[in-house]
Amino acid sequence: MATLSLRNLVKTYGDTQVLHGINLEIGSGEFVVLVGPSGCGKSTTLRMIAGLEEITAGEVHIAGRVVNNLEPKDRDIAMVFQNYAIYPHMSVRKNIGFGLRTAKISAKDKLGRLEEVAEILGLGELLDRKPSQLSGGQRQRVAIGRAMVRNPAAFLFDEPLSNLDAQLRTQMRLEIKKLHQRVGNTIVFVTHDQVEAMTMADRIVIMKDGHIQQVGSPLDVFYNPANMFVAQFIGAPSMNLMPGVWSNGAVSLDKGGLVPATGVKIRQGASVVLGLRPDDLRVTQEAGLFTGTVEVTEPLGSETLVHVSAGGQEIIAKAAGKHPPVLGSSVHLTASPDALHLFDKNTGEALL
Amino acid sequence: MRMADTPIQAPTQSLLADRTTGPRRSHGQYIRWVLLMFGGIVMVMPIAYMLATSFKYSFEVHTLSLIPQEPTLENYLFVLEDGRFYTWFGNSLFIATVTTLSNVLFDSLVGYALCKFRFPGRYIFFIAVLSTLMIPTEMLVIPWYLMSSTLGWLDTSWGIMFPGLMTAFGTFLMKQFFETVPDDFLEAARIDGLNELQIWWTVAMPLVKPALAALAIFVFLGNWTAFIWPLIVTTSQDMYTLPVGLTTFSDEVDVEWELIMTGAAISTIPTLIVFVIFQRFIIRGVVMAGLKG
Ligand SMILES: Nc1ncnc2c1ncn2[C@@H]1O[C@H](COP(=O)(O)OP(=O)(O)O)[C@@H](O)[C@H]1O
Ligand SMILES: [Mg+2]
Repeated sequence: MATLSLRNLVKTYGDTQVLHGINLEIGSGEFVVLVGPSGCGKSTTLRMIAGLEEITAGEVHIAGRVVNNLEPKDRDIAMVFQNYAIYPHMSVRKNIGFGLRTAKISAKDKLGRLEEVAEILGLGELLDRKPSQLSGGQRQRVAIGRAMVRNPAAFLFDEPLSNLDAQLRTQMRLEIKKLHQRVGNTIVFVTHDQVEAMTMADRIVIMKDGHIQQVGSPLDVFYNPANMFVAQFIGAPSMNLMPGVWSNGAVSLDKGGLVPATGVKIRQGASVVLGLRPDDLRVTQEAGLFTGTVEVTEPLGSETLVHVSAGGQEIIAKAAGKHPPVLGSSVHLTASPDALHLFDKNTGEALL
Repeated sequence: MRMADTPIQAPTQSLLADRTTGPRRSHGQYIRWVLLMFGGIVMVMPIAYMLATSFKYSFEVHTLSLIPQEPTLENYLFVLEDGRFYTWFGNSLFIATVTTLSNVLFDSLVGYALCKFRFPGRYIFFIAVLSTLMIPTEMLVIPWYLMSSTLGWLDTSWGIMFPGLMTAFGTFLMKQFFETVPDDFLEAARIDGLNELQIWWTVAMPLVKPALAALAIFVFLGNWTAFIWPLIVTTSQDMYTLPVGLTTFSDEVDVEWELIMTGAAISTIPTLIVFVIFQRFIIRGVVMAGLKG
C-alpha cells in the first residue's frame, strides 16, 4: 500500500503533446479510476506511472519518493493489461509464479504466496492448465494473480475488462472490487466505460484530450459535473443539453421554451446551456417544462427511454417500464428545479 | 451388431446427396487431384531415380528403368568403406549444425531488436540488411575468397561457414515473426523485473518457435546442400563437404553416377531427420514466411 502522486505530468511524442500537466494525489489504499474517451491519454498516464513510457516533464511519486528515473521493476507496482499478457507457453502456475521470479524470498515462501493467491482468485484447480485451456474470465484472473503475488505498492489496470463479454465484465467488475476491499492495495484503473468507472471507483478522474476535467467521487461527478463534457460523459443515456439565453431568472431556449433557473450569478443575456438528465425528467399529462410528441420508445424492462420531440429538439426522458407513453402521443415533461444544470456556453463550465 | 445398420445407411445417403447436388464441384476436385498427382510425380521422380540408380551396376545406369535388373548393394558398400565419405559427412554435419544454431540465435536477436526497439538509424539498418538479399551468391564468392585468403581462412571450417553464420533472410523472417508477439507481453515481463535479454529468451523466443523451426530447416538444408562456396574455399579433400566430396566420384573421362547417387541417397538421411523433428512446425512456418515475405 502506498500513496501515489502525479505532479504536472507532461508527455509529448515528437511535436504532439498528449498530456498537458496532470496533477493527481492518490491516497493509500484508494481505488481510483481514470476514465475518458479513447485517445485522451489514460494509458499514457498509467504507463508513465509504471515506467513503461518516458516522462517528458513533471514528477511521479510512489510512496513518497520520486520514481522518474527508476526502472519499472524498481517501482514496486504491478500492471494488468487489456489482453492479459499471460504467456501462452507457460502453465497457470508458472504464469502466476513469474511475478516472483526475481523476488528475494525463499522457495517455500514463494510457493505459499502462489497458493494463497490462487486460493483467493479461485484458481486452485487450474494451476497446471495452459492459458489456451482457460476462459476469458479465468485468464484475466491469472493476470491479476500474477500482479497480486508480488504484493506491490500499487496495482495498475489498463482496460482489463474490455475483451470480456458484457456478462463476464459485470462479474469481473464485482470481483475486482471485492478483491480491493479484501487486500486493500492502492489501485489505478483505466477504462473508457463510464459504468465501470462509476461502479468501481472510490474516486473518478475524468480526462479529455490530455487534461483532467474533474476529480471526484462517483456520486459527486454525477450530481455536480464540473463542465458540460463531464455532464455528458457520465450517465447513460447522456444528459439532455439545450442551448439558450439567460435573463431575469430564466433560460429562454433557442428552440423554444422558458425554463426558470434561479440562483446563478451571471450577466443578463449570457449564452448558456441547460442540462437535464433523463432520470430527472418525468413524463406527465399536466402542463410541464416541455411539451412534445413521443417519437421513439426504448423499453429496458424496469424503465423505458422516451424520445420526445419538443419544438425541434429531441429530449430523452425515463418513464416507468410497465406503462410507457404511446408512440406519437402528446406528452409533457417536468423536472424539479434542483435537477437543473446550467453551463456557460463558451467555456462549458458549470454555473449551477 | 445391432448398431451396424444405421451408421452404414447414413454415409451412403450423404454421399449420394453430394453427388447429385454438386457435380461441378466434384469435377473440379478430380481435376485438382490429377494436377496434384502430376506435381507429386514430378517431385518424386528425381528421388526415385536417385534411389534406383544407387542399386544399379554401372552398365545399367543409362537405362530409364526404375527397377534394377540386377539389384546390388555394392555401391553402398563401396561408398561406406571409403573413409573419406565419413569425413565429408562429418564436415557437412558440423558446418550445417553450427550454422543453423548460429542463425537461430543471431538472426532472432537482430530481428528482435529491429522489431521491438526504437533507436536512431533503425530503419536505415533494416533497409541495409534487406538490400543484401538482392546480391546473389555468385557475385559474393570472389570478395569472400579474397577476404578468406587475406585472413588465412582458406581451407578451414570457419572459412566455409563464415558467410552464412547470419542471413538477411533469417533476420527478416524473425523480425516479421516478432511482430506477432504483443508488446504487452514484454512490458509485463519488464515490470516483473526481467532484463531485456531475459525477456527475449524466456518470453519472446518461445512464442516464435514455429518460425525458429522453419528457419532451422531452411538454414540446415541450405548449408547441407551448399556447393559453390565450399567447392571454392576448400582445397584438401579432408575439408570437403559432402556435396563437394561426391563430385570426386567423377573425373574427366567418366562420371560414376551410381556412386554419386548412392552418396546422395545417404546424404538425404540427416535432412529427413531434421524434417521429422520439425515437421509439425514447418508448414506453418512456410505459410507465414510466404505471407509476410
Ligand atoms: N507511441 C506513440 N507515438 C505517438 N503518439 C502516441 C503514441 N502512443 C500514444 N499516442 C497518442 O497519445 C494519445 C493518448 O493515447 P493513450 O494514452 O493510449 O489514450 P487512451 O486514453 O485511449 O489510453 C493518443 O492521441 C495517441 O494517438
Ligand atoms: Mg488506452
